[in-house]
Amino acid sequence: MTKPKKGEIERTEERSEGRKRAEVTVMGIGRRMFVWLYEVALPPIVAVLMGFVVAGISVSLMGVEPVVAMRYFVRGVSASAYGMCEIVVKALPLLFTGLSVAFAQRCGLLNIGAEGQLFIGGLTGTIVGAYIRGLPWPIHALLALAAGFVGGGLWGVGPGYFKVRFGTNEVISTIMFDYLAVFIVSYAVTGPLKEPPGFIPQSPEIAPGAILGNILPGTRLHAGAVVGLLAVLAFWLIIWRTRFGYQIRAVGANPRAAHYAGIDVGRSIVATMFIAGGFAGLAGCVEILGVLHRLREAFSPGWGWDGIAVALLGKATPLGVTLSALLMGFIRGGVNAMQRATGVPIGLVYVVQAVIIICVVAREYRLPKSLRSLRFPFFEKSPRLKESRDAAGGE
Amino acid sequence: MGQELFAIIDGATNLLSAAVRMGAPLLLASAGLVFTARAGMSNLGTEGVMLMGAFSGVVGAYLTGSPWLGALLAICIGVIFELIVAFLVVTARANQVIVAMATNLLALGLTSSYGRVIFGVSTRPPRVPPYPLFKIPFLADIPVLGPVLFSHNALVYLAFFLVPVTHFILYRTSLGLKVRVVGEHPRAADSVGVNVYLVKYLCCLTRGAMAALAGSYLSLGALNMFTENMVAGRGYMAVSAVIFGKWTPVGSALGALLFGAGDALQMRLQAMGWGLPYQFVQALPYVITLVILTGLVGKAVQPAATGEAYSKE
Repeated sequence: MTKPKKGEIERTEERSEGRKRAEVTVMGIGRRMFVWLYEVALPPIVAVLMGFVVAGISVSLMGVEPVVAMRYFVRGVSASAYGMCEIVVKALPLLFTGLSVAFAQRCGLLNIGAEGQLFIGGLTGTIVGAYIRGLPWPIHALLALAAGFVGGGLWGVGPGYFKVRFGTNEVISTIMFDYLAVFIVSYAVTGPLKEPPGFIPQSPEIAPGAILGNILPGTRLHAGAVVGLLAVLAFWLIIWRTRFGYQIRAVGANPRAAHYAGIDVGRSIVATMFIAGGFAGLAGCVEILGVLHRLREAFSPGWGWDGIAVALLGKATPLGVTLSALLMGFIRGGVNAMQRATGVPIGLVYVVQAVIIICVVAREYRLPKSLRSLRFPFFEKSPRLKESRDAAGGE
Repeated sequence: MGQELFAIIDGATNLLSAAVRMGAPLLLASAGLVFTARAGMSNLGTEGVMLMGAFSGVVGAYLTGSPWLGALLAICIGVIFELIVAFLVVTARANQVIVAMATNLLALGLTSSYGRVIFGVSTRPPRVPPYPLFKIPFLADIPVLGPVLFSHNALVYLAFFLVPVTHFILYRTSLGLKVRVVGEHPRAADSVGVNVYLVKYLCCLTRGAMAALAGSYLSLGALNMFTENMVAGRGYMAVSAVIFGKWTPVGSALGALLFGAGDALQMRLQAMGWGLPYQFVQALPYVITLVILTGLVGKAVQPAATGEAYSKE
């Protein structure tokens, strides 16, 4: 055995290192594209396709030709500017609540309370929007929006504070806060905020200065879309470009590690819930300032709950949430058009949405792989050896 | 004077009787929810299962003409529904809250859009035979207690009967012990030979049967027809009742009756048009639950492994 010289080893190692690196980068791009397609892009697409398949089956069970129904669906949302803008109008509340749930998710919290925060945001926005009179347009609208944000935010702070102070699980406490919010709004519109002479339980109309007006004649598109765009931008900026966002992500990744790194975990949680609640509050506020123009009892058909699906489908990223909110808006607009033409009930939206969630969830947790080592009760297998990939890839 | 007193007693009797009627579905549901909650599982999908139960109960009664076969169908559908949920949550280890949201949406969508497939297109929902009223002989004639406790349909008695039964199973049998251990420390349960997945599946199926039966009570017991989204938050109310009762059967039963009483009182106030805002009465049980959750009045600690999926590896 000849001993190779020291320099030689270094050179060969260097060469192989370099070659390896080159290979890795070339392969890396291909693999990363593949992984991206497979892991990020494919699941939502498959899920949506599954949703449509189930919808098609349901429609045909109701005695409507699926192809015909589909044609009405597509034509309804794509044939006219009105239909296309309708997608955005229907997507807007879902965008805000989706951002709310996604923001909380970044800090490792599950915000089930978006529905309640939405109601309180609508309430505070209405109080400022309807009871202050004589302010010029942009100022009054901005003031009302701010009120909606703060109202929803404060309603979000409740469960956050409970979690930090008493260790109450936010999933449980937010349900109570949801109900309390619904009761408060119900009390407000039947009591103090009831419009005189007062037969219908609703608030007076929003002042003209606070209304988010139409921005495209002939459609229902309103200035709230701009607010939505700004909210998406703000979400991205806060999470990825501020120290606060970094702290949130650190707490979300590992609260204990964040604590030892000197981050005030409790404060991060409460602040996160404030901003998440604020986003949800904007959902209610924008809907009232832009579309409804009044506060009514139970004015939300469950946008807060739908926000959970939107955030899940959008993987809690600003772009993803935007796209999935638009997708939900598209489905709603399409089913609306389909209902007008063929009489298929609107409840189909929920079926499609549920199938999408289930598919995404199943994919998220790598169902195909877990099927190989079934965790069914009666077929217990001996424990598998832990795969290193599992340990590494458990993000 | 005597007549006024009589009227007050009569009103109170009516109110209490209504409270029992409103509380019964929550009581029925909570008999199942206690098990899943103690096994460390989130119950937020109850709303959807109850809705499926309300719907399939009416479908069964409509097709067969018997409310009891309707109840049977409701239980079957509830169990099948929960089987899917259990597969996603236990076997595939999906996030329970998100699956619950999907469950609720699916139930809402299915019941509101398939009604017309089964009942045909008509403006009025079909009426079906309701659960018959069953007055217990002699006991129903007791002045106040009779109307309040002993003149209801059979499901109400079942609901009350199940309270000691669930208590006994949970605290006096080995199965109950297993359920509680699985909720607190699944790995420890596994290491002493408890089949964690089997326990969780069983709990899920129990919840499915009970919640669906509770749903059928809403449609076949109270209204004898199905209307869209008729559960209207009672599923969440049952979940809140279990939390109120600190995850114990007896506590949950008290919670269910309290929430039912709140509901009954609220309706009464709304009908009478008093100055007192009925929303405060409605909100009261939720406020109490929140206070209990903060631990200021007797600490409530949920089972330690709540919401976590168990994996053997």
